[in-house]
Amino acid sequence: MVDNMSILIILPVYLLVLFAVAHWSEKRRNNKWTNSPYVYSLSLAVYCSAWTYYGSTGLAAESGLSYLTTYIGPVIITPVWIIVLRKIIRIARVNKVSSIADFISLRHGNSRFLGALVSVICILGVLPYIALQLKAISETIHVVTKSSGSEYVFQDTTTYVAIVLALFASYYGTRYVDASEKRKGIITAVALESLLKLFFFLLGGIYITFFAFDGFADIYQKASTLPNFAELNRIGGVPEAINWFLLCMLSVFAIFLLPRQFQMAVIENNRENHIKTAIWAFPLYLLLFNAFVFPIAWGGNLLFADNPAVNSDFYALLIPLHFDNNMIAMFVFLGGFSAAISMIIVSCIGLSTMLSNNILIPYGFVRALKSGELEENEKRIVRIRRIGIFSMIILAYFIYRYLVLEYNLVSIGMISFVMIVQLAPVFFASLIWKRGSVKGAVAGLIVGLLICSYTLLIPTGFGAYEAELTFMHKGPFGIEWLKPFQLFGIDYFEPIPHALFWSLFGNTFVFLAVSVSFQGNYRERNYAEMYVDIDNYITNHENAFIWKGEAYKSDIVKVLNRILGVERTNRAMRIFQLKYNVDENQELADARLIKFSENLLTGHIGTASAKILISSVVKEEKVTLTEVLEIVQESKENIILNKKLTETSRELQRLSAKLKSANEELLLKDKQKNEFLDTVTHELRTPITAIRAASEILYDDDDTPEELKKQFLQNIISESDRINRLIDKILDLEKFETGKQKMHFASYDIRATLQKALSPILHLIKQKSHRYEIRVPDEMELIDYDEERIIQVLNNLLSNAIKFAREQQGKIVVEITQDESQTRVSVYNNGKNITAEDIDAIFDKFFQSSDQTLRKPIGTGLGLAISKQIIEAHKGKIWAENMDVGVRFTFVLPNQTRET
Amino acid sequence: MRKILIVDDEPNIVMALDYAFRKNDFQVFIARDGQEALDLLEKEIPNVIILDIMMPKVDGYETLRQLKQNKNLASTKVIMLSAKNKDTDIEKALNLGADAYITKPFSIKKIVEQIQELLNL
Repeated sequence: MVDNMSILIILPVYLLVLFAVAHWSEKRRNNKWTNSPYVYSLSLAVYCSAWTYYGSTGLAAESGLSYLTTYIGPVIITPVWIIVLRKIIRIARVNKVSSIADFISLRHGNSRFLGALVSVICILGVLPYIALQLKAISETIHVVTKSSGSEYVFQDTTTYVAIVLALFASYYGTRYVDASEKRKGIITAVALESLLKLFFFLLGGIYITFFAFDGFADIYQKASTLPNFAELNRIGGVPEAINWFLLCMLSVFAIFLLPRQFQMAVIENNRENHIKTAIWAFPLYLLLFNAFVFPIAWGGNLLFADNPAVNSDFYALLIPLHFDNNMIAMFVFLGGFSAAISMIIVSCIGLSTMLSNNILIPYGFVRALKSGELEENEKRIVRIRRIGIFSMIILAYFIYRYLVLEYNLVSIGMISFVMIVQLAPVFFASLIWKRGSVKGAVAGLIVGLLICSYTLLIPTGFGAYEAELTFMHKGPFGIEWLKPFQLFGIDYFEPIPHALFWSLFGNTFVFLAVSVSFQGNYRERNYAEMYVDIDNYITNHENAFIWKGEAYKSDIVKVLNRILGVERTNRAMRIFQLKYNVDENQELADARLIKFSENLLTGHIGTASAKILISSVVKEEKVTLTEVLEIVQESKENIILNKKLTETSRELQRLSAKLKSANEELLLKDKQKNEFLDTVTHELRTPITAIRAASEILYDDDDTPEELKKQFLQNIISESDRINRLIDKILDLEKFETGKQKMHFASYDIRATLQKALSPILHLIKQKSHRYEIRVPDEMELIDYDEERIIQVLNNLLSNAIKFAREQQGKIVVEITQDESQTRVSVYNNGKNITAEDIDAIFDKFFQSSDQTLRKPIGTGLGLAISKQIIEAHKGKIWAENMDVGVRFTFVLPNQTRET
Repeated sequence: MRKILIVDDEPNIVMALDYAFRKNDFQVFIARDGQEALDLLEKEIPNVIILDIMMPKVDGYETLRQLKQNKNLASTKVIMLSAKNKDTDIEKALNLGADAYITKPFSIKKIVEQIQELLNL
């Protein structure tokens, strides 16, 4: 026996460790461990409550293999998670759903009543279940301490456990006003507990199998001699198989619908791909958990065969105690304790969120929230939830104390399951069926609950299965086919599968029938679309929301401010504006903003209240169902279009950027053209001015000296030539620029061409007494070019060199080099360097140096521009570079320009 | 004898103007760019200056701006002479203090008349 004192020490220490873990992971929200897929998988094992821990053994010992159904169901369904659970998670995340009631209520157009109904079902279904956990804690304490229950509340250890749990859950469960936030502390603590309960249970199992007995074979052999062994451990015929099937189905639904499972699997999921780990880790966990149930159960049956008073639920504790191994018993006890408290905490968080967001706030506090100030509101919401959690646990405690003491763990758990499973038709339909309506959902749920009450709750309540009530055996008013356990004369079902079958049948039938007979409202049709086709709306689901009416952004922001605070509201609005590229100053709110705002509020106050709050500040126009269907159809097409449009718009953006740069280029060209025209006019007017002035003088003055007359005539000639040259060059340039210039390629020796270019200006070099040098290789290949044009280029470069070489001791160097593919010609002069900004611009038309200290060149200002065009027409390159002293112009020609 | 300064980098235009003004009893000074003109104005105070705009080193606008700061030249008339004939160019020159703006090409006879008129005012 373990004495009372050590329990009083061990329990607080154990709870403290859990508090510490919760606290630690809450502080390290981004820690690798806190965000591990294994933590997620383990947290799902909250499924294994004290009922699993102890109840399975009891069930295996009393009624054979049917305990397995609770685990076979989830194991079978886990592979489907990858599709179904992911879809649920996406819907919940996108819409910021924070409970299963929110999930169902939102699908049916934020229906307040449906949300509340679902919440009530969950609370009614789960509270006794929580009570069960407290009962398990209490009874196991008595088992390990060999004490008996106390009549007095304050002498019952469970009272204190319940209070501590209530405090813990109400503190860590309400850290965030936004209920859709992840509760990292709780998750990690629950994951740790899952690990511990598995470990301790396995430890107990190993002890019992291998130390108390001699392994599996030993137990099996001994147990098979027991009179009821063979009868219990068979599946039986077809009716039995149907029972099995229904029980498996029950657990398949439960794994999705139990508030604690929904909380862990959906709300607390922070990465979709954690499912990938969970689909193998979770079934493995269940498998491990069940490995020792059978040996413990039959080991217990063997050991306590003579003592029918022993509760088979607690064999895992009783066997070690039987062999006086208090240590193992204590460990097993702690595992069961873990299983119980994690179930209690997670369930209470889920239930209290529903209680506050789907019952209390929409039915009571929503008006107060609308007028309240932010701090007040936040406090109010958190207070409602805290009180919710606290009162749930306390209520469960009283149920345990005064109502369920006499039932065994499994029966109550099963009844809970059947109640919760009533949500299955509406829940699963929301994933695949668009016509489900709120009327259908409500009617289906009520019918399901009524059948469930008639076939399960009332008989159980009236004193369990054996009661000698006439209506149980003969049916009410003697109507045989209304017997609660054998409705319509079907007598091969056991009570639980029986109730499940008829209640789900009635529920589904009514739900479908009412849904197809009466039109739903437009809002739910809208959400139906968003739920069923969630993958289409995952990134911009606000687009899919249909809403017509008049609303002002400022009104909505005011409401948001009251619940979220100014800072969060502003941040959210900025995100919205960025996401949809909406103008910040836009006054009117559109459908997207309405949906976005409802989403923001949903986590805090639930979907129904979010709609109520937003509707209170906007003027909504009615939309008919046909309109919605049209819009939905349209928007479906739109979404496909939208995807294409996004692509197209990206493409357009790219094009428009291109266009912009092309336009800029064009503007620049236009400006250049204008400048060019300006310059050309100026350049033409200058010689005309000189000609006109000279002519006028000659015309008017008869007494001009002969010598001067000749000079003026000479001027007229040279200025006329200048005009002609200019015109030639402009036309030249124009031909090159428009590609009309014809080139006459042939093979030439570049050295000979250089001579031809040099000879007419040699006298100019000599005149300025510049030194000049020509460096050419002895052997050279002929290369292809238009000789006349290259002479033009050389001429231009040489004249420039003569012009810009130093006045005194001017020097000009012409150098030609050749390699396999190209020939390089450079002309150097030892004049002033060109400024960096001019070095490229120097090849522009009418370039005038920004350095105005340069003498205005005598040429037309088009020489280098034309040279560049010529070289480029030869597929060559021309450039200027500053040397240490002087400037070098170089052009490169490919040896073969013509196609070979 | 009245003094005239001709500032232009086109030798043939300068030659014609030089001949015309000499004939009309002006003492003619010649500068081939703005800088030369400003240097020359340190020593000489002409009655009138004919100023081209597009010139190397210091252009006509800059020359005008600088010579307007020279108090000795307060009574000197400045006539801009340019192939630029856009309103903006003319306005710019007048704003800088030019007394007249003549566009190229021009009539020698008229320019002489215009300048004499300007000086007789």
